[in-house]
Parts: sequence; C-alpha cells; structure tokens
Amino acid sequence: MSDLTASAYPVTREALVAYAAASGDPNPIHQDPEVARSVGLPDVIAHGMFTLALAARYVDEQLGEPGRILELGAKFTKPVVVPDSGTQVEIEGTWRDERTIALKVTCAGESVLGNPVAVVRA
Amino acid sequence: MAVDASLAGRTFPPTEPYDVTEQAVADFAAATGTPYRQGDPAPATFPIVVAFGAMQELMRAPEVGIELHHVVHGQQKFVHERPITVGDRLTATLTVSGLRQIAGTDIITTSSAITDAGGALVCTADATLVHKAGDR
Repeated sequence: MSDLTASAYPVTREALVAYAAASGDPNPIHQDPEVARSVGLPDVIAHGMFTLALAARYVDEQLGEPGRILELGAKFTKPVVVPDSGTQVEIEGTWRDERTIALKVTCAGESVLGNPVAVVRA
Repeated sequence: MAVDASLAGRTFPPTEPYDVTEQAVADFAAATGTPYRQGDPAPATFPIVVAFGAMQELMRAPEVGIELHHVVHGQQKFVHERPITVGDRLTATLTVSGLRQIAGTDIITTSSAITDAGGALVCTADATLVHKAGDR
C-alpha cells in the first residue's frame, strides 16, 4: 500500500503547558524540570497523550478532514524529552489496508510510540 | 506499597457529566496545532479529557492512593462509535480490567466507557497506567 507524506511537528514547553490546561492533566513532570528529574527523567517530557494527539493531527491532515478516525492507539515506549529550546516529533504513515494507517512516530531519530495505528472511516 | 489486588475487576461510579464546549475543543486542538474550525468534530484524542477525570478518581481512591507524578501512561487506545461534537454531555465509567505487579511496579489496565446524555456509548478509552510502587 502507498506511503503518506511525512510531517514534522515542533514541541515546545509552552505547548505542553497549554496542553496540560486543555486536557486537565496537571502532572508536573510535563512542566517542571525539577519534578521530572526527581523521578529519574532527564528533563520535562511531553504527555504521551500530547504525542498521540499529534498522531491524530497527522491523520486528520493527511485525510484532509477531521472526524474520520474510528480507532487510534499506541504504546508510549519512549518519552519525548522537551528541553527549554524545544524539540520536534516526526510522523509518517503507510496504508496497511483501505481503512488502516500504520504510523511511525519518532523524536531525534528514535521511535517514541509502539505500534501506533489508526483505523479510519472510508 | 503496592496497589491493593482487590482492585482488579472493579467498576467505579460514573464521573460527573462533562459538557463539551466550543472553547474546550478549540483549546485542546490549539495546544497541538491541530486545525479546528467551529462546528468540526472534536479531535480523536479529545475524550481523554473525560477519561482522565475517571483515572484521577481511580488514583485518589483510598485503596489505591497513588500520586500522579509517580504514574507513567503506558498505553492508550480510543475506539469511537461516533465523533464527539460541541454540545455533547459526556460521562466516563472506568473499569479496572487488569492489575499486575512486576518487580515492584503496578501495571493497571483500565477501560473507560464514555457515554452521552442519552446513555449511548460514544467512545471506549483503554489506558494502561504504570506505577512504580517503590517511589511512595
């Protein structure tokens, strides 16, 4: 099946703060470097759900309209570390069959989501 | 201290109804740069807002009592019955579908049924929460 175009999305600390407010997830490991380090993380990390929301954005953009995702899921296999200067997440998709898009989601060249897959309405 | 094993199989009471507003959907979309125009369906991961409320009630339960910053989100899946739109009134009912302990870590699998004001299933949100018990 055919490959979709790859996209790169910037991830900033400001976006994580906005996402925390919008999603209602106040976990400080996504905003406060000291708390993140206190639990053994190298720095602030993006919400896994932030990255999964980027995957949903990617699918919406590729399909050219929102509301067609029937199923979306992934394992959060590696944290997206967000230093003060920000980072970016890269996403590319491949049609596995006429309804299923297998995604590849990476940060700094490493996979961050395990088996991210979207099933969409035809 | 590990999470109480009796938790497995438990269904928690439904969360308070959540009214989906234009502002809430627009803010959620904007945080990840997701294109959103008034009247569009909510992004596919929007129901996490409702499911997360149910997960927080689980974490606050006396026999669970785990701190959010000691919890890592291990896995998430959404299955949509229909798109969510502004004006929906949603409630999440969370069931602890599984509980395992591996080397001092609790792996809690949950399934939240998100229903509308008429009681119809809108979305099923399955989450795996990983809690390092030794951190308490």
